Amino acid sequence: MELLSLHYDVSGTDFTCAGEASSKIKRNLKELGFPTSVIRNVAIAVYEGEINLVIHGGGGVIDVEISPECISIVLADQGPGIPDVALAMQEGYSTAPDNVRQLGFGAGMGLPNIKKYTDEMIIESEVGKGTTIKLKVFVK
Amino acid sequence: MTVKELQKKLNLQYICNEGLAEEKEVTGCYCGDLLSWVMSKATDGDAWLTVMGNVTSIGVAVLTEVACIILTENAPADADAIKRAEENDVVILGTEKNAYQVAVEISKLI
Repeated sequence: MELLSLHYDVSGTDFTCAGEASSKIKRNLKELGFPTSVIRNVAIAVYEGEINLVIHGGGGVIDVEISPECISIVLADQGPGIPDVALAMQEGYSTAPDNVRQLGFGAGMGLPNIKKYTDEMIIESEVGKGTTIKLKVFVK
Repeated sequence: MTVKELQKKLNLQYICNEGLAEEKEVTGCYCGDLLSWVMSKATDGDAWLTVMGNVTSIGVAVLTEVACIILTENAPADADAIKRAEENDVVILGTEKNAYQVAVEISKLI
């Protein structure tokens, strides 16, 4: 049984809003009584995803489905796409501009962190069309 | 120890949310400026020592549930960060000392 569906629009330029979706999802999961470890994993993955949507995607959308067994997250943008997904998944590889690095991001940890904190991660990306990342965190 | 007790012992300056310092418990300490790294390593109850006083740092503090942010070496907090911290109950403190000096002092107290 599906408990809850959430949808968020993420601005492509406004860093001040990045983190709002993950904070709200975290609050929802807390209210629903999910284990702390699950909440932390989901919150970190969504926050990294949000930052990527702002930095690289030109904004996008986040859809979350919460069920007792699994949290499913889809992050989608219509940005430039990722030419080499395997390279992008390497820790330390980054194409982030200097202004993003000055904010403490762009260290090439975003996608590896998302993988680390989720149980399933599928990246679908096409250059010039955009990127969709599908994530699952299982409630163990 | 509470953030308020830590503030007094280390002579830290309040930047934001002084009123919440008594209810926040400090149980550890984490030093770092790369936010993705901090997000995955810092734990709840940590005093987070950093020079990153921007709005994205507040997001990380909320997610990790650190006890407070301590901006070291007089690093400033920008206006957006303070506003976001006020909205999310994040206590920010400042000091002229560097992260090593503050961490050493914290390790003697907790």
